[in-house]
Amino acid sequence: MTSAAGPRRRWAQIGLVVLEPEERTARLPDDTKKVPYYVRVRGFLQGEANIGDIVTIETLIGRSVQGELLRIEPAYGHSFGQPIEELMEAGIEARGLLRSLEGER
Amino acid sequence: MKTQQVENKYQAVMARQAEILGRASGIDYDRFRKGRLVVDYQALMDSTGYSLGQIAEIQSRCKVGQTPLLELKNLTRLARNLAPSGLGARIFVKDEACNASGSFKARRASLSVWESKRLGYRGVIAATSGNYGAAVAAMAAMQGQRCLILQEVYDSRGLGQPEIVEKGRACEAYGAEVWQTTVGPELFYTHLVLLEETGFYNASLYTPFSVAGIQTLGYEVGTEVKELTGRPPAVVVATHSGGGNSTGTAMGLTAAGCEETQLVAASVDLRGLNMASDRDFNRKSFTTGHTGFGVPFLTNPDRTEVPYNAARPLRYLDRYVSVDQGAVFYITQLLAELEGLERGPAGNTSLTAAFKLAQEMPEDEVIVVQETEYTGAGKHPAAQLSFARQNGVKVMRGPSSLNVPGEVIAIPEKLSDVVYQEIDLQRIRASYLRGQLSRLGIGDETELTEDEVTYLAAETRLSTEECLRLLVTCRN
Repeated sequence: MTSAAGPRRRWAQIGLVVLEPEERTARLPDDTKKVPYYVRVRGFLQGEANIGDIVTIETLIGRSVQGELLRIEPAYGHSFGQPIEELMEAGIEARGLLRSLEGER
Repeated sequence: MKTQQVENKYQAVMARQAEILGRASGIDYDRFRKGRLVVDYQALMDSTGYSLGQIAEIQSRCKVGQTPLLELKNLTRLARNLAPSGLGARIFVKDEACNASGSFKARRASLSVWESKRLGYRGVIAATSGNYGAAVAAMAAMQGQRCLILQEVYDSRGLGQPEIVEKGRACEAYGAEVWQTTVGPELFYTHLVLLEETGFYNASLYTPFSVAGIQTLGYEVGTEVKELTGRPPAVVVATHSGGGNSTGTAMGLTAAGCEETQLVAASVDLRGLNMASDRDFNRKSFTTGHTGFGVPFLTNPDRTEVPYNAARPLRYLDRYVSVDQGAVFYITQLLAELEGLERGPAGNTSLTAAFKLAQEMPEDEVIVVQETEYTGAGKHPAAQLSFARQNGVKVMRGPSSLNVPGEVIAIPEKLSDVVYQEIDLQRIRASYLRGQLSRLGIGDETELTEDEVTYLAAETRLSTEECLRLLVTCRN
């Protein structure tokens, strides 16, 4: 969709290495020491680009941040998860106990 | 801008931390230092210049405070059923989820953002994986400030804790720029880089403003319980992480004339998991309110991004207890099914402890759980337990003894499985004192001045005699 202001800006996620493994602080557990310190930031993509390109985004507060393009129009993927039967059973038991304390109905 | 950032490497930035933090706080901490150890804590807190009434007024303008105090009659009934005759205190909860942004953290953020604006900063930064991020973002949005939130979210595979992913979403919903990092203490380094780059105010959880903002919560709890029952609450339970919650609540309770109220801190037991480990990061199901923050912040409160932490819980706590992850999820389920309140799991840590504590108190007494938090996708028992299962953690029914942080989450089989473990505050105090002696580079208490012993006694809530006796056992 385009408007008088030009083409619609696309929301994107970039990633950048803040510190390579050898640049990290010395006091780290071994598993953490082996990997880079990495950050992901979202904002509006400036110009056209492909995944993996080094791009600039404009964040929600208008700052420019540069990094590798990871995703275009990233969705929030978190959810309410799977049903947890153990908790559902626990709820049924507690409600039953409360009813029994009130005198069986 | 970014090329400059790449050159800001670790040591160079860390070496400038005092200068960067000084510019970002508007507080001259050196003014409150009296020699090598002592800090005039009261003067630091008074330096905010806001009275309790003024804080309440600012918060009211920011849609914060005056949250409902709710009696949990069904949970109380079940607690009484387990307790010996005559025991089973009335359980109340302060429904802090009703604040703008959905948690008590809005009380802290409202004042910090207000102060940033008064001092003329263009924006605020906070480093937090918790509700505080959403709180700062919401308060900044309301007050016309720019907001940047920095949060530790992902392991090296790019797998994010659902609870924190949700908080990142909430920050963006309030218009903030969000930096989502992998696991590691270099969050502090990144924080410094961003403070320097933006010139924003450091809306740290640990400034006097952030702690002062919670006083209204303690004050409301104290006055509301007194109005309702004619006397102060016997016990107030606070979920404990960085210590601001209990510190500010204690100050507010005192202001409400509730000096006799016992303050109990509660954390989720995550002992054994390394908080800086890439692997352990996604094997925990609580990302705040746990012993991984709670214990170190008691023994060394100054492990923060401010020169002196205004949250000093050891000065106020009567007791410290831990509860299991499984018990908190269980109580969260019961809060929804028995009380009709669906609230986020982490904030129910204190409720879990309160359910057991109530069983040990007379039934005419009142125990107050001083917070709830919002719940939502990611930040929900089902989301967090599903994530635990995906990461190899076993979820099952069973007693507390089966819980192993990072390995097994046991959902209680019966109400009597909801228990707490006492954490010995005397040992925590000893650890705090040992740390102070070692930071001063001195071997024992004979090298301390009288003022220094008085300070350490206040820091540990002991008389000078008790403090000296404990110091003797802490010789390096």
